[in-house]
Amino acid sequence: MSYNVDEKGYYGQFGGAYIPEMLYPNVEELRQQYLKIMAEPEFKAEFDQLLKDYVGRPSPLYFAKRLSEKYNTKIYLKREDLNHTGAHKINNTIGQILVAKKLGKKRIIAETGAGQHGVATATVCALMGLECIVYMGEIDIKRQAPNVARMKMLGAEVRAALSGSRTLKDATNEAIRDWINNPVDTHYIIGSAIGPHPYPDMVTRFQSVISEEIKWQLKEKEGRENPDYVVACIGGGSNAAGTFYHFLHEPEVGIVAVEAAGKGVNSGHSAATSKLGKVGIIHGCKTLLMQTPDGQITEPYSISAGLDYPGVGPMHAHLAETGRAEFFSVTDDAAMKAGLDLCKLEGIIPAIESSHALAVLNDKKFKPKDVVVICLSGRGDKDLNTYIDYFKY
Amino acid sequence: MNRIEQKLQEDKKILSIYFSAGFPNLNDTASIIQELEKNGVDLIEIGLPFSDPLADGPTIQASSTAALQNGMTTQILFDQLKDIRKTVSIPLIIMGYFNPMLQYGVEAFCQKCAEIGIDGLIIPDLPVAVYAEEYKAIFDKYGLINIFLITPQTSDERIRFIDSVSSGFIYMVSSASVTGSSAGFGNVQEDYFKRIANLNLKNPQIVGFGINNAETFNQATQYAKGAIIGSAFIKHLSENGTGKIADFVKSIR
Repeated sequence: MSYNVDEKGYYGQFGGAYIPEMLYPNVEELRQQYLKIMAEPEFKAEFDQLLKDYVGRPSPLYFAKRLSEKYNTKIYLKREDLNHTGAHKINNTIGQILVAKKLGKKRIIAETGAGQHGVATATVCALMGLECIVYMGEIDIKRQAPNVARMKMLGAEVRAALSGSRTLKDATNEAIRDWINNPVDTHYIIGSAIGPHPYPDMVTRFQSVISEEIKWQLKEKEGRENPDYVVACIGGGSNAAGTFYHFLHEPEVGIVAVEAAGKGVNSGHSAATSKLGKVGIIHGCKTLLMQTPDGQITEPYSISAGLDYPGVGPMHAHLAETGRAEFFSVTDDAAMKAGLDLCKLEGIIPAIESSHALAVLNDKKFKPKDVVVICLSGRGDKDLNTYIDYFKY
Repeated sequence: MNRIEQKLQEDKKILSIYFSAGFPNLNDTASIIQELEKNGVDLIEIGLPFSDPLADGPTIQASSTAALQNGMTTQILFDQLKDIRKTVSIPLIIMGYFNPMLQYGVEAFCQKCAEIGIDGLIIPDLPVAVYAEEYKAIFDKYGLINIFLITPQTSDERIRFIDSVSSGFIYMVSSASVTGSSAGFGNVQEDYFKRIANLNLKNPQIVGFGINNAETFNQATQYAKGAIIGSAFIKHLSENGTGKIADFVKSIR
């Protein structure tokens, strides 16, 4: 079975491009061009050079000794938190800004939840001298204030999404509306592995540098390219897509995806899409999403702004449906404790999103000989206020 | 012949009005439709509200949200329209996003539309290709017309393709925008209207987006068979309730 996208833009029954006609020319242009552009030697050279000299790749694969001792297994952390701008998001924005330039676009729009994708987009727009507008839910603007300030310092305009739950879903709606209103000069940099085809595949390919590096780094450290497990948190699923990509068709590698259970999967305040979602259409793709029986999209909840999304990327919906990936859901409380654990044991303050991935160590028992690679997708600087409020420091 | 096709054969410019079902009050649906017909409107688009209407501007978004808060559901809309054909004879179209239809079941949804006497659907986020491959047979079985959109950015080649798979009319989006923009029509729109008129398509075109008064209605229908008013009518309902619908229609023509 293939877990990659097919010619029509689907992963099994999931994916496609369910977009209004107004977006057709843009999405179709991208669909026809993205693989061609990404295959050009000069594109690859510029992308690789920026990842190396500007982002600071490769990111380290760090053996977490004390964490491993605590859980009696062998844990490596893929340190995406050490990238420039503090998370994996920049891998994709570097790639897409180069695509946008090739397509002759002058104006960049983006949505953001935690602010990491917004910062990463504002950063590459500054780097390339392009106009940048970032849509962000009003609630997220409040809980991620440092990232809002960062985007402004980088020259971006941050526009508040005031509709619906005023979080990531609504920021995405506003970005799509902006694209409808500005169809000629604008490229929309989607930050997650969601949206109409080709976005999920394009974002996945740009993020796949994560698993590409894990392979050769693990070979150096363990003498084998394949770990026993790869673990990542999932909101829309971009860091997970990148972490899983080169292992999807390696059956000996277990794939573990960790969603945000919020206050509990059945509490009514959750973002555990694989448990609560049904097949539907959100933001231009067919995937699993949380909705009412009547097909209205419901408001998700998570303490982590980056996981606070009612859908999941179509590739992940397919991995869940086929059983290729094992899905866990982790509560706010469990994630916050796991985050603090990493601070005390390894001296690393993780993003709350990444803390969800770490918390799975309490739910899934790994064997002492297992090699487990966890994607540490971002650093916790942006979350200090949330950590402080939670732990009453 | 479907009521839409019949209506479009009349020698007149078509005035179509869109409103969100369940707004301003949950049970206004049937009375708004009756009042619009009584005042000479030719065609009505009944909006099935959706939580995330991507192609809509603030006015229709707000009316959708209010309708959902009023308790509107797909089933309630069908119940409200159960006897509509006893009093209303102009063509009726349901306009909505695809997800609520998918959850109701596309076939069940179409069957219900046929039972009630709905003539067609407009589903902005159901692409032409997916419709043709997966759903056209169902729509045909129930005698429903599916209306497609074109925009100023749609290539002539694609417009011809859309024309070939369309019946009824083509929904011509006036400018690159979500619904409810009110910049008026300038040379760019005029050129676009002329370009489409010169393609001599087999289906008539009805212009939507940005029509908000007699002036824009007349401009649009100079080249096209008719025009659709949505946001401006919803704004009128928000400000005046359902009592002055006649005034609104008279202000257009």
